[in-house]
Amino acid sequence: MIMLRYAVYRFFTMLLTLLVVSVLVFVIINLPPGDYLSNQIAELQASGQSAGVAKAEFLRAEYALDRPMWEQFLIWIGFWPGPHGFSGLLQGNYGWSFEFDRPVSEIVGDTLWLTVVVNLAAILFVYAVALPLGVLAAARSRTWIDYTSAFVGYLGLATPNFLLALILFYYGHQYFNLPIGGLMDPSFEGEPMSWAKLKSILIHLIVPTFVIGTSGASAMMQRLRANMLDELGKPYVETAIAKGMAPSRMLTKYPLRVAFNPFVADIGNLLPSMVSGSVLVSVVLGLQTIGPTLLTALKTQDQFLSAFILMFVALLTLIGTMISDILLVMLDPRIRYEGREA
Amino acid sequence: MSALLSVRDLSIGFGTGESVVTDVNFDVEAGQTLALVGESGSGKTISCRAALRILPRAAQIRSGTITLNDSKGTAELMEISEREMRSIRGNRISMIFQEPMRSLSPLHKIGNQVSEVLWLHRGASESQARTEVLEQFERVGFPDPQRAYDSYPFEMSGGMRQRAMIAMAMVAKPELLIADEPTTALDVTTQAQVLGLIKELQRETGMALILVTHDLGVVANMAERVVVMHKGRVMESGPAAPILTAPAHPYTKQLFDAAPEIPDQEAVGLPMPSEDLILQMKDVSKTYTMRASKGWQADKAIHACRGVDLNLARGKTLAIVGESGSGKTTAARIALGAELPDPGGEVLFRTSPNEDPITVHHMTRAQRTAFQRKAQMVFQDPYSSLSPRMRVQDAMTEPLEIHRVGSTSEQRDKAAEMLQRVGLNSDMLKRYPHAFSGGQRQRLSIARAMMLDPQLIVCDEPTSALDVSVQEQILTLLENLQDGLNLSYFFISHDLAVVARIADEVAVMRRGLVVEQAPPETLFYNPRHPYTKALIAAQPEPDINRPIDLKMVSLGAGSPDCWDEAFRFSDTVIPSLVELEPGHKVRCHV
Repeated sequence: MIMLRYAVYRFFTMLLTLLVVSVLVFVIINLPPGDYLSNQIAELQASGQSAGVAKAEFLRAEYALDRPMWEQFLIWIGFWPGPHGFSGLLQGNYGWSFEFDRPVSEIVGDTLWLTVVVNLAAILFVYAVALPLGVLAAARSRTWIDYTSAFVGYLGLATPNFLLALILFYYGHQYFNLPIGGLMDPSFEGEPMSWAKLKSILIHLIVPTFVIGTSGASAMMQRLRANMLDELGKPYVETAIAKGMAPSRMLTKYPLRVAFNPFVADIGNLLPSMVSGSVLVSVVLGLQTIGPTLLTALKTQDQFLSAFILMFVALLTLIGTMISDILLVMLDPRIRYEGREA
Repeated sequence: MSALLSVRDLSIGFGTGESVVTDVNFDVEAGQTLALVGESGSGKTISCRAALRILPRAAQIRSGTITLNDSKGTAELMEISEREMRSIRGNRISMIFQEPMRSLSPLHKIGNQVSEVLWLHRGASESQARTEVLEQFERVGFPDPQRAYDSYPFEMSGGMRQRAMIAMAMVAKPELLIADEPTTALDVTTQAQVLGLIKELQRETGMALILVTHDLGVVANMAERVVVMHKGRVMESGPAAPILTAPAHPYTKQLFDAAPEIPDQEAVGLPMPSEDLILQMKDVSKTYTMRASKGWQADKAIHACRGVDLNLARGKTLAIVGESGSGKTTAARIALGAELPDPGGEVLFRTSPNEDPITVHHMTRAQRTAFQRKAQMVFQDPYSSLSPRMRVQDAMTEPLEIHRVGSTSEQRDKAAEMLQRVGLNSDMLKRYPHAFSGGQRQRLSIARAMMLDPQLIVCDEPTSALDVSVQEQILTLLENLQDGLNLSYFFISHDLAVVARIADEVAVMRRGLVVEQAPPETLFYNPRHPYTKALIAAQPEPDINRPIDLKMVSLGAGSPDCWDEAFRFSDTVIPSLVELEPGHKVRCHV
């Protein structure tokens, strides 16, 4: 009951935060002087092409860029009628990309969920690697296991991702016949989902997951190891040993549970750092994720496209923090029952 | 028949260093209580932990045998495999630790943690274990076992947690319980109740007990046999009565001499003089608001101090006694100006008898600087109150630098002089705090507080982290300094015996209120308030003929509702302090 109430409450605060974020995104994107169209118009006028100017002027009116800022914002969100009535993010109209001359939804379409898939895979990888290694390194601290995992971990932290990507591609292709670049075989692009396509995607995911996840995994491993070591020195661990518990069970039941909290709290922070961190990797690996598109959009002041992508990343982050908050409440009774009468 | 547990020639050391435990021998008979007594570093804890092989990683057992001989058979505890050891831990020998606050996992329900013992050793199912654990909870005195079963440790008080620990240790019905300072972290009245509980359970089950403690009072109340340890060696051992009444070994004698006692002779104390007051607290209250965790609940007001009126005359010592949460530390913080009292309260400070008083909470910048030079503090924990990265010299001269007193060489001379004053050598100035023992560090803290030639020193439990013999030295030092420099002390403590020795006037606090106030002689001989009586009764005395009077303790330490009509108070109805005889005030309805 407490949980449900908290989840609902947390969901509404998330919506509120999203609204604030949308204002920020919009303001920041409009901070540099001019917009895509006014830049274009200026350029066209300088070269004397009046036909193009007319088209650009038409687009300006069409997308309400000639209106005051606050109105533009409300129209973009969908709170205010634009030239074609209510037609904003809320109504499912993501706007027009001037750079690509296509609707935003068409450009981002596939890449949206591919981004989610790549980053989810990376996060799962981070947890799957960091959890056992971190615990092991703490339980066997100052032995060769600890030193080896620390060495590999620091290596992972220190190697630039794109370099790692290139190396893995070369050897992965040479020895395991892993595909190079892309997120699926080119023949599947635009095809409906099928088993063969899924398999192709999964095989293509191996290298990107590894590349994007390595540094996160080694950082998290070190943190978990440090947390575990702190916990291992606490008296309740001694109590558990004095009860007659076997070491492995004791480790997972007591100190790990306590050391796990910061781990869970990290889910929210992991998402955005992965998305922004994976831009370069995506460029190198030729992944059709949202990162490279965002880069282009920001460079050309393609405002609807960049605003939409930023909103999307913000949404991912907010969902991530919401999930970790709710998980924390579930995991930690101290948060759950704070203030309950003893 | 051989003893239940016999330890023979036990030696333990760390790394390549000298042994910290050397040739220790002792036996525990079935059903008997053995007290392992000693000061910190005596090796008492490590030798009893060796029985369960719960030792720090670096410790190695160099020689000796520990034999367990109970109804389930004989086991050589030094030789059996780790797996066999696990089946003994918690099952045939169990252990209780010092800090109930931290000895239970904060994230698991009490019931789960206690039942685990039965799951491990009896293969009990969840519901079987639950029934047994609930019975055990009933036995250790939980008012509502069901509720305790489903509670988390942080929802319980320290005493209740220690009861849960005891339940955990007892649920598998071991024949030997090792209790490592089980009551040291508890308030004195709670300590009395927990000790009473352990004794009662022992009578019921016939279990043997090894009690590790530094407190001779606890020993006198509990033990049948005593082993006195010092620097890893056994100094004296034997039945409790002769050792406690006529100790043979000089070290044991020394321990007894150091243990402060509550006086029980009739004496009439002189009330605190009412002239030349250095510090006056007038109607000081402090209310903290605890933000409600849920938006729809009202914020909760916590009254840390309620209408505290205290006077401290120049050159005298005023002590505040109370349990944790009684508001004594808050009162001291307000007196030093570290905390603002609620409107209406006032603290006055007089530098000299004829001067106008300074109102501590409405000072100009210049007044504040002057006040800070005149009022200093000595803290409870000498280990964390000195920066480990500063040389003694720098820590000592820092106050002088802040207040720009004297040249660098004058500051150094002053530091050297102060060190000698507190009984340390001035050639220790270049050292770092880690090179000092607990007692020496507390001397350093005192020396540091003295650097600015203060008139008032607030001492917040300055001896509670120290061994008794060291405590004795520190108290003597404080007395000498007071005599020599006409210092005034505002002394906070939970230990009545310490207070009895050093104070000129004692105020007993309970739930933010001063419930009784008198010179120590009057207070200890003629306590009127049930809470004061409970505190005195709960103080374990190193005298085997004066056991703790548990009835008195539970009566006075309980909630104010169970006190005699005359003393009761609630949030709204609070009786006022009544002066029964000159200088003896009690909060009661007349």
